[in-house]
Parts: sequence; C-alpha cells; structure tokens
Amino acid sequence: MNNSYAGPSSASADASATRRNSKRPKYSKFTQQELPACKPILTPQWVISVFTLIGLIFVPIGVASLFASNNVVEIVDRYDTECIPKNMTDNKIAYIQNQAINKTCIRKVRVPKDMDQPIYVYYQLDNFYQNHRRYVKSRNDAQLRDEKKANETSGCDPEKTAANGSPIVPCGLIAWSLFNDTYTFTRGNQSLTVNKTNISWKSDRDHKFGSNVFPKNFQNGTLVGGGSLDLNKSLSEQEDLIVWMRTAALPTFRKLYGKIEVDLKKNDIITVVLKNNYNTYSFSGKKKLVLSTTSWLGGKNDFLGIGYLTVGGLCFFLAAAFTVVYFVKPRKLGDTSYLSWNRTGTGR
Amino acid sequence: MAGGKRRKNLLRKFYSFSCCKASFQEEHSQIGGPGFSRIVFANDPDCFEATNLYYPSNYVSTTKYTLATFIPKALFEQFRRVANIYFLVTSCLSFTPLAPYTAFSAILPLIIVIGVTMTKEAIEDFRRYRQDYEMNNRKIKVHVHQRDGTFEYTEWKNLRVGDVVKVEKDNFFPADLILLSSSYEDAICYVDTMNLDGETNLKLKQSLEVTSDLHNDSSFQHFEALIKCEDPNAHLYTFVGTLEYQSRQYPLSPQQLLLRDSKLRNTDYIYGVVIFTGHDTKVMQNATKPPSKRSKIERKMDKIIYLLLSALVLISLIGSIFFAITTSNDIKDGKIRRWYLRPDDTSIYFDPKEDAIAAMFHLLTAMMLYGYFIPISLYVSIEMVKVLQVIFINQDREMYYEESDKPAHARTSNLNEELGQVDTILSDKTGTLTCNSMEFIKCSIAGTAYGQRVSQVEKTMTRRKGSSFIYVSDNAHQDYPVQGKPAIKGFNFEDDRIMNGNWLNEPRSDVIQKFFQLLAICHTVIPEVDAESRKISYEAESPDEAAFVIAAREIGFEFYKRTQTSISLHELDPVSRKTVESSYTLLNILEFSSSRKRMSVIVKNKEGELLLLSKGADSVMFERLAENGREFEDKTREHTNNYADDGLRILILAYRKLDEAEYETFNRKFTEAKNSVSADREEKMDEAAEMIERELILLGATAVEDKLQDGVPECIDKLAEAGIKIWVLTGDKMETAINIGFACSLLRQGMKQILITLEAQEIKQLEKKGDKESIAKASRESVIRQIEGNLQRNSSSEETFALIIDGKSLNYALEDNVKSMFLQLAVNCASVICCRSSPKQKALVTRLVKNSTRKVTLAIGDGANDVGMIQEADIGIGISGVEGMQAAMSSDIAIAQFRFLERLLLVHGHWCYRRISLMICYFFYKNITFGVTLFVYEAYASFSGTPAYNDWFMSLYNVFFTSLPVIALGVFDQDVSARLCLKYPLLYQEGVQNVLFSWTQIIGWMVNGICSAITIFFFCTIVLQHQAFRKGGEVVDREILGATLYTCIVWVVNCQMALSVSYFTLFQHIFIWGGIALWYIFLLAYGAMTPKVSATAFMVFIEELANTPSYWIVTLFVVISTLIPYFTFTAVRVRFFPMYHERIQWIRFDDRVAESEYSGEVRQRSERLIMAGVSARLEAKVSQIRSRVHHAVQTL
Repeated sequence: MNNSYAGPSSASADASATRRNSKRPKYSKFTQQELPACKPILTPQWVISVFTLIGLIFVPIGVASLFASNNVVEIVDRYDTECIPKNMTDNKIAYIQNQAINKTCIRKVRVPKDMDQPIYVYYQLDNFYQNHRRYVKSRNDAQLRDEKKANETSGCDPEKTAANGSPIVPCGLIAWSLFNDTYTFTRGNQSLTVNKTNISWKSDRDHKFGSNVFPKNFQNGTLVGGGSLDLNKSLSEQEDLIVWMRTAALPTFRKLYGKIEVDLKKNDIITVVLKNNYNTYSFSGKKKLVLSTTSWLGGKNDFLGIGYLTVGGLCFFLAAAFTVVYFVKPRKLGDTSYLSWNRTGTGR
Repeated sequence: MAGGKRRKNLLRKFYSFSCCKASFQEEHSQIGGPGFSRIVFANDPDCFEATNLYYPSNYVSTTKYTLATFIPKALFEQFRRVANIYFLVTSCLSFTPLAPYTAFSAILPLIIVIGVTMTKEAIEDFRRYRQDYEMNNRKIKVHVHQRDGTFEYTEWKNLRVGDVVKVEKDNFFPADLILLSSSYEDAICYVDTMNLDGETNLKLKQSLEVTSDLHNDSSFQHFEALIKCEDPNAHLYTFVGTLEYQSRQYPLSPQQLLLRDSKLRNTDYIYGVVIFTGHDTKVMQNATKPPSKRSKIERKMDKIIYLLLSALVLISLIGSIFFAITTSNDIKDGKIRRWYLRPDDTSIYFDPKEDAIAAMFHLLTAMMLYGYFIPISLYVSIEMVKVLQVIFINQDREMYYEESDKPAHARTSNLNEELGQVDTILSDKTGTLTCNSMEFIKCSIAGTAYGQRVSQVEKTMTRRKGSSFIYVSDNAHQDYPVQGKPAIKGFNFEDDRIMNGNWLNEPRSDVIQKFFQLLAICHTVIPEVDAESRKISYEAESPDEAAFVIAAREIGFEFYKRTQTSISLHELDPVSRKTVESSYTLLNILEFSSSRKRMSVIVKNKEGELLLLSKGADSVMFERLAENGREFEDKTREHTNNYADDGLRILILAYRKLDEAEYETFNRKFTEAKNSVSADREEKMDEAAEMIERELILLGATAVEDKLQDGVPECIDKLAEAGIKIWVLTGDKMETAINIGFACSLLRQGMKQILITLEAQEIKQLEKKGDKESIAKASRESVIRQIEGNLQRNSSSEETFALIIDGKSLNYALEDNVKSMFLQLAVNCASVICCRSSPKQKALVTRLVKNSTRKVTLAIGDGANDVGMIQEADIGIGISGVEGMQAAMSSDIAIAQFRFLERLLLVHGHWCYRRISLMICYFFYKNITFGVTLFVYEAYASFSGTPAYNDWFMSLYNVFFTSLPVIALGVFDQDVSARLCLKYPLLYQEGVQNVLFSWTQIIGWMVNGICSAITIFFFCTIVLQHQAFRKGGEVVDREILGATLYTCIVWVVNCQMALSVSYFTLFQHIFIWGGIALWYIFLLAYGAMTPKVSATAFMVFIEELANTPSYWIVTLFVVISTLIPYFTFTAVRVRFFPMYHERIQWIRFDDRVAESEYSGEVRQRSERLIMAGVSARLEAKVSQIRSRVHHAVQTL
C-alpha cells in the first residue's frame, strides 16, 4: 500500500502525456551495467605463461634462500638432561627446586665451521606455552611504561602484590617466570664476552619499558618463579626481561641471550659454564643453548629455499604438462552429457 | 461536464433515488450495536459529545518507525537473525574475562554492521515519511463551523470526523466521506478508484436525496446531521450507516461513501462529511505490506549458517576437551607441572582441580573465538548488493516502455537471484501475452459476415501453413496505414458494404441498424467530450466495450451523452438519411458478471417501445433465443466458429421487445433485489434478470481481436530455448486459447495436443438432468480416465505433447487424489494451456506446481484476477498495463510488457543468481580460511583460547579488508555479456539446476577454504620457526607471526577473488587491490599509534616487518603456493570440462580469432531440447522435410 501512496503521479495517465519519457531511465554506463571491463579467460597461453613466470621467479629465490640458509652456522646443545648430577636423574624436580645445590654445569662445544661475528647466543625452550591465554594476559603494560602507574596491576593475578599489599613491579606471570639460566663462554683460556645490549627491539626499550621504572617487590614472594632483576637498573635497561616479555608464538621458541662479537674458527672448542637454574623439568620441557650466525634471511631454515625450489619446479612441470596436453589434445570437449540439462532427470 | 456548466436534468426518480429509499434492512438494525458504534456529528466536530469520542486525527503515517520507536524496533528487527543474535551474545560475553579479545574490538564490527543496516532502514523510512508529509499537508476546503457558511483551506491532517469538506474536480478525497451533494443537480459524482483497486473505469456515486439540494457554501450554515455507522473496517465495497437529518433517519450505503485515495472526476465539486479519518479509513485499513517472500538461495544460506554454527560448536567442543585434558594435567599427583601458569593459585577459568567447569567456560571462549566462521557482514552485504541490483533492474533502459512511460519496477529486492532460477512460468493471457487493446475487426449481422481485415492469428496461420523458411512478408499489415484512414484505436474494421453509410443499401438494413444501436446503447461506457475539438473519447470498464462503442460511432451511431437516466446518440435516420439526435431512456442495467457472461440494458426509445438489449458469450446467448429469433442462428454459429478459429473474441447480440406489464413485474422484483442488503442480493438480482433475459431475437455477433503484445512470440521462443516451461492460464474459451497458443508459438503443428474437456455427450446429458452429484462423479471419472490414458501415451512416446485443459476439468484435476497424476502429465508436456480458469484455479494451479515440483515458479499477469496467482507463486510479476495497477501492486516486480520478461530473467535473473551465489560461497570461503587458522593455532597454544592475531586485525577482517571485493563481485560481476545471455538462452539452466549453488559447489568452496588455511598456517609457521628471522638475530614472536599469517590471508583471499571474477571493472581493481593496500595502511597507521592504543602491535610493521626480507619472501611464497592448486584446477576445468558459461566465454574469446567447435556444439545443444517456440517450430519443420527428402531418396 505504501507504494500506492506514491499516488498521483502514477495515477494520472493524461498528465503523463505532457511529461513524456519523464521516467525513462537516464543512460549511464554504471546503471546499464556496461562499465568497461576486462574479461580474463584462462587461455592456454595465459596458463602456460603464468606457470612459467612463477617458475622463473621462484627458482632463483629458492636458490638464494637455500644458499643463505646454508651459510648460516648453527650450534645447538641440549643441556637440561646433561646438567643433572647422576644421582638425581630420577628426581629432577627436587634437584631443580633445591636452592642449596649448586647448579653450575660445564659444557664443551666444537665449532663445526668458521663463524663470523656477531654470533648470536640463544636459549631455546621446548614445550613452554608462552602463548597460553592466562600467561599472555598476565602483565600490565601501563605499569611497565610509567612509574606513576606502579599500582596498576590489573590482570596480573596471582603475581600482583607482595605479601604487604604493595604492588609488584613488573607484575604478572610473564615477568615472574623470567628465564634465569646464565652462560659464560671461554675459548681455550680466552673468555668470550657476551654483549647483552641491543638484544631487544628498540621500540620496546624506548616506548614500552620506562627508563625510570624500577623493579619493586620482585620475586619477594614465598614462591620464587624465575630470575630476579637488578633493583638499581631501570626496566628499559633490563633487556633480558624485555626479550622474555615478548611472548613467543609457538611452544618451541628461542630467545636471544646475547651476542659474541668475536669470530670463531672451525674446530674451536668453546667451554660454556652455565647455571642450570630454570625449571623445565616440571613440564618436561627441553633447554638448549644455541650459537648461530645469521644471513640476510635470518637463521638456519632450509624450508623456505626448498619450498621455493619445489613450487618453482612444480610450476615448470605444470607449464610443460599444460603445453603437452594443449598440443596433444588441443580440445577435449569434456563431459558432454553435462550440457544436456536433462530435464526429466532433475525432478527431485 | 467540461466548462463546469450545471446540467438541469429532469430526473426520473425511479432510477435515481428509488434505490436509496429502501427501508431499513436487518443490517441497519445493527447500528449502535457492537461493530456499528460510530457516531458522527456532521458539521459539528467541536461539540462536547464529539470531542469525547476520541477518533484519530487525519494524520496518516505509513512509516515503520517513529523517532521514539526507531531504535528499539529496528534493533529488534536486526536481532531476529540467528547470526546477529550470536554476535550479540558474544559481544556481551566479551566484557567478561572469558573473552579471548578485548570487548571493544568485538563490538565494533557488530556496531558497524547493525549501523549500516539501520541507516538503510532509516533512509527508507524517511522517504516514506516525506511522502506522508506531502500527503498530510495537502490543502482541502473545510467548512468553518464558527463562521457562517464559509469554507477555508486547511491541511488534510487537521481534518476531524464530522467536518464538512468541499472537494474540487481532479482532487483526491482527504478521508472517507459521506457524499452530501455535488455540482450535479441529482447529486451524483464520478470517482476514479485507480489507487484503490486499480480499476480504471469511473464509478458513479450518488448522495441521499435529502441532502442533494445543499448546493452552495452558504447552505451549510445551519446544516446539522447525525451519522451513525459501522466501525472502521477493511471492506472497500460494503458500508452500513444511517443519516439522521431533520429528525428523520435515512439509510446510507456504499453508494454514498467516497473513499480516501480515490479521485473526483468529471464533477466540479462535491460536499461531503468526514466519517473516517487517518488510519480508520478503508484504504489504510486495507494497507498491507508488500509481499515478503524469501528466495530459495537465502533459505539455503540459512542452512549453511546453521551448518557452520554446528561446526563451530563442534570444534569448540573439541577445543574444550583438549583444554580440559591439558589443564587437568597441570597438577598431576599433587605435582605442579606448568608452574609458570601458577595452576596452584589460579582463577576458575584455568583451575586444574575444577577442570570440568573450566572446560565449560572455555567452551564459551572458544565459541567467541571461532565466531569468525560466521561472516558477520554477510547479511548486510547481501542486502546492499541486492539494493544495487534492484537499481540496475529499475534503471534498465531495455526494460523501459516508451508508450506508457514505465520502467521496470522491482518492489522487493528479496527475489533478485530467484529470477535466475525460474523453472515454470505461469502466464495470464489477456493483457499479458496480448495487449488488451481490443480491436473491432469483424462482425456477423443477420447471417452475413462483414470485415475484411486479417487478424494476427490468421496471418500466423497462413505463415505456418505456407513455406516454413521464407516468412511471407506482411503485406496486409504494411499496407494498412496507406489504405485506410489514420488508424483509430480499437477499430480495425474495413468493409465498404456497411461503412460510410452504405449499410442502408444492404438487404437487412433494419437488422444492421438494430445491431449498431445495440452496440451504442448496451454498455457502461462514459463519454467525455473534449471542450475544444468536440471530439468524443470514451471511458470504458474494459477495452472491448470501448471498441464496440467506437465501432458504432465509426459506422454512424455516435454515442455522446450519458446521464443517469438516458443515453443519447447521433444516428442516421434510415428514412430521412440525415443524422438526428435521439435519446433513449435508460431504465435498467443488468450488469455483466463472470457467472452471467452477458449484460443487458432496458431502454425506452422515442416511440415508447420498451427494449431489452443484450450482449453476451455464445455459450449463454444461443440458449436464450426465442423460437422466432433463431433466423440467423446457423449462419451466425458458423461465423462465430470461424472467428474463434482466428483467435477472436466473440459476443452475440440479441434484443427483445417488452410489454409494459412484463416490465413492471420485472422492475419490481429487480428493484427489490437490488435494494436488499442481504447476502443473497446478487442471487436475487440474477434471478430477476434471468426472468427477463429470454425469448431473445438474434441480431448477430461481433468479433474483437485481442492483439498480441510486441515481441511476445520471440520472447516465448527465447524462454522456451532457455528450458523454461510456460503454462498459459486464461479465462478464455478453449478455441481462443488454442489459437493464441498457435499465434505465440506455444503450440505448433506436429505437436500432439492432449485435450481434456468435459464436453462429452454423456456428461452433457447428465447436466441436463441436473443431478449435481452424478455430474460430479461422472466428470471426475472422465477426467481421471483422460489423464490416465494420456499419461500412458505420453510416457511411451517420443513426440512432443501439448496439454490443453478447461476450467471444469481442471476443478477435478486439482482434487487431491488426481493432482499428482495431472501434474505428472503436465510436466511431460512442452506446453500447457488451462482455459476457462477462474482466478482461484489459477492460484491453485500455481500452488500445485510450486509445491509439487519444488522448483521456482513465476506467475505473470496484469489483472485483478491474477492477483491470487501472483501472490502464490515464488515470484509474482505484474504487468502494469491497461487493466489497472492491481496486479502490479501485489507483484514483486512490475514490468510494462511481457517481452521484458526475457531480459529480466535471462539477463538480470542470470546475473543476480550468479552474483549472489558466488558471493555467498565466497563469504563462507573467506571466513573459513580465517577461522581455520585460528583453530589450528589453538592446537599450538594448548587450546587455551589465545587468538593468533591482534584483536583489531580480527575484528576488521570482515568489515574492511575482505568485504568490499565481495560486494563488488555481487554488484558488477558478469560471466557473459547481456548480448550473449540472450544469444545462448540455455545458459539460464545454470540457475534452474542451481549448479552454482549446489552443495558440491558450497562444499567445494569450504574445502578450498580449509586447504588454504592449512597451507597458509603451516607454511608460515615452518618458515618462521624458532630461528632468527632477520639479520639482527631477532626471533619471531606472537605479534610477528600473527601479522605475517594475516598478511598472507588477506592476500590469498583477495587474490582468490581476483581469480574468480570474470568481469574486471575499475571497481574490482580498486576494491581488491585496495583491500590489500588498506591492510598495509592500517598496519602502518595502527602501529604508529602510541603503545597505549596499539599495545603489542606497536611499530610492528615499520620496525619489524617492512625491513625484513623474510617477511616479504614468505608472503610471496605462501600466497602463490596457496593459490596454485585452485589456479591449476580452474585452468583444467575451464579448458577441458568447461561449465556452460565458460563455453560461452570461449566462444566470445574465439569469435575474435575464429569460430571454434565449442560454438558449434553449444548451438547444437541449445537447439536440441526446445519443444515450444518459433525455433522449435522451424526445427520441427526442417526435420520433417529432411525425413521426407530422405524418404524420397530412398524410394528412388
């Protein structure tokens, strides 16, 4: 009925004579659906050239990536199983939780190839869910950024306040469970200094962790989680913490420990003195020490190179296959019965 | 009437007012009782009693909402959708600690989506408001009660019940009025009810006699009356009330009621009392919403949403189970395992001791997180797309009809895609296939046939009988403007024997005179004399009546004036051979009705003879002839049979002289019947008429041609080629229907016609006996026998069949136990014609086809008798034509001409179907791609409910980065150009068989989505493992992995779109590449905000991603490798197993190079299955000739 209310104009037939063609739709390419357009169709030429092109691009990238990955020298040493006194292998948790036991452990690794500085030192944890929802949320960014907001500890449960009610800075599970194994390196008699500056993202240091925010009440509780912090250093200088607080995406992750700014030669023996403090035994995680150089593409990972080569090769193969098929069988008309639109057969 | 001169007719009271004097009937006694309680203080709306009644004001609002109710009501509408409810619940939950993301990011998309839809609602409603505003502020002259006898202009909305108003010529009535008096002495007025019921003829209204002398403004100074009447209701044609005037009571009938929205015509002014205002008016009570139908695709879409919802619940459950296991393991045998999560001091959500409860809560979290499986913007996008599609339909210049200045008008946007899936068209004949402009073409008078012009059907028939290849050039038609005078609308008659006054020389000139006199008198036409040119035009109820009056005028019997009681002609006096004015006193009109199939008038001529002039269908007229009136019966019968063969409409004319006594008896009975208000009024009137309409003397027969509309045969041909079945449902008789069927190529020679009728002898005999039960029984048996017999023949034969069934048989064929058999027979026939069918039967047939075949049906019609069928069908198309707007008003889409159906279905329908189905598939694809990555990531986060992406990335996924290209697809995509759509109509079957939205397609897209997601996720995570990801030794954290995954998804989803689009306009480029660019811009902008806002995403692009080669290399690798399978699959399919539209694309492509074998094949295919239409006819002919040649060769 609404439309009938448009009323008089449609009703008066005689009046329309004077306004002839008044309702004729105006021409525009848009309303007449005649916009200029390209109508791509997958012709043999197109298909073959697309595949060839992809192949041509992918194979060189693949070679370059593989090359880069192969140039990276990586030393991985799992030490969590080795750094336990023989008598305590059956009771790892008791070992790690016992403050009285000296956790020092000495590892020796051999450099397989020349390593140019900087050599990055990582610790790698397995089966550690830094991406667990409870864990990820257990921090307070405002508090880290601004000394005035030390009291803002929302979301930090249960590491929120100390026994006396004053806020913990930095609060939350992430900070509380800070990784606290330490490594020192010597080559022969020469000790290798580990540079622990600039191992975190600059934006984190400058904007997320305040230079005037100092740790308070940290690890003062009855249950000590991980590492402790230097109370006299502002958070923005505590790069271990900053690195740790960038939560990892996957349960197996590495984090940067520091940089060794000395070239290592092939067959050098590096002695690592480490403190095996961090408890991964409870949740059967692994701990590994990694020394690695980098290339323009990052660390050692052959997958990208192999992937590029495979896909590139596949494209070449498809291009060839299509070429052959197109030439050998120029036109197969497919399943012709499909077109008959069988009328009676479709009565469901 | 023109010039406003007052006519002083001496009235014969027995016609004008006699009917109003009827005594109070039982209905009037109800006044004052329940349902009849309205009291109107005429001319005194301010009196105390009146103000106590609280009738509504005359302010009319058709808006859905008011300012106050808009928000709650519109919101309620929105949340009636399951998906929206789901999103609302998750948004609410997102304020609790359960939420995997921040609350604001969850609400924003919902707000945007709901906001857009509500804005649309608001705009639509505002438009309605503006219309209302215009209407409410129209001016009307109303009597000012306080000041004496003056009328002043006021706005419509200020009218109150009881006001006396003065309505002037060509103005609308502002409310429902009781007519008091008019500019005519006898207080009649003419009313145009076009807006109400769509009827174009003028209706006559007349006031009570007592008030008819209130002619001047001043006479209302002391006018006072009390009207009591029924309460507001929706019945347009009934009204009961009384008028208390000067202490006497007078009954009121619909004759005095002037309805709002109708228009005063041919009358200078009227005075009336307002009785119903605003929403009480009958037209407002009648207001119905435009039909709300949902398309099959949308219904299927709902199913998919339910499917996804259950999939969502399922994976949430899986997640929760795993979560429960890992959580309960956190403390095992009293030992804390994942100590860094502090399971010993935790909240209920992660408590290992209460793992069941934690899992329950987690289920909620998971359902929020995986909500991305459901495309939140789906509904709103589809709605926007459909609105745009409707604009395309409305704006299509190819569907604009110049003559009536009418473009196509889609009244609902719900059914766009359904237009692409029509399986059966049920079409009305008159006014739909034909133009409903009747032309008087032949007549048979006194046993002689006159008229030399050839009808269209005759032409087609000669064409058909003649050469099959060379169409005879249309000589007759081409000569016609040269030969004759300028063509007169409605008159296509040519015969020197009776034109130009030559009829006087014919042997039976007396009969000829009577014949044309009858044509000039026996009708309900109103003449309109143009003031300047003195030309007369006619306002007729139906075009064939106009054709008769015009024919009479052309022969020399010019009807020029009608009053209530007389009809005046200019006619040739056979004696003096001069044109004289003659006036006939009109005594009674026995109106036409579909059951009577005839109309008569009783007049008194100058000589004082009482004449009954009658015209009607042959079936009813021949049996009413007197013994001495059958002089020309045989000849006339022969002629009418010939005319029927030519597809002409036939009426038999007969008359009778009455003697006074007989008339008096009749008149008494008839008037009594007419004035009764009881339910059997009609019956009584029919009875009275029956009494007098007998013993007639036959004069002859007229033949009127109902012309086919332009392009109808071609259009039907195309539709048939497209594999659409066409059923014609008509009220015409079988012969006419069959002939029209031939004319528009629905039937052809060589088709086996199956006729189902009840014209068999034994049934006729039974009918004579009149035992209803045995007739019914015999008829039923006969119909069943005929259907069964034909069914066997039909299924065993290779031939093409056409089914023709008449109304009576249809009654039995539609009975419950027969109808499935009937349908089976009908479906196997190429053409189906149901003749003599009533509006109800039309609707029943439509329902039968719709419900039993489960295919999409489309009903098209133009008249009020098609409304039932239009509303019943899946899609109702109204022809906005001559028979008014009723059909168009109740339709979903109104077009001006039948032939536009071709473009509407084959082009718009096909495109819309393709667009919407691709769009929906694609929506699900992109959301599944996104959702699955979230789920897989969960597996790496011990199902704790950590999202892989930043909150804002997630919430803007559907709104910004991926939805615009889909909308562009829904609006612009064209697989094949309009020209090719029409050239290869078989393409339409893609929609009918629903190949683009079949479950295989849908599942295919979903699987594609799952594969894409898995590829993206694993490739990304393997490449961005724990090793350094750039030269500086930094490793990947959650933010970087999330952003990279997300980048890949945005690329893949948009490129996938680019691969599926087959029509790349500038918009597509902007939206697709723009969507990707927008993502980078967003990343940049969001990262540039202070860490307070951007949190973990701070500087993620500038510092971490943009200058890292591996980020870009990974993106390239993942995007290309994800798309390669689809690309290969499509390349193979397009080349080796092309779908129909792809074949046509090849043809288009090859046309530029050379004809390919595809084109040959496609063409061959499209011809093979057509069973009706011009091309089918040609093909049949060709094969016939081939076989004959073959035969001849063999015999040689």
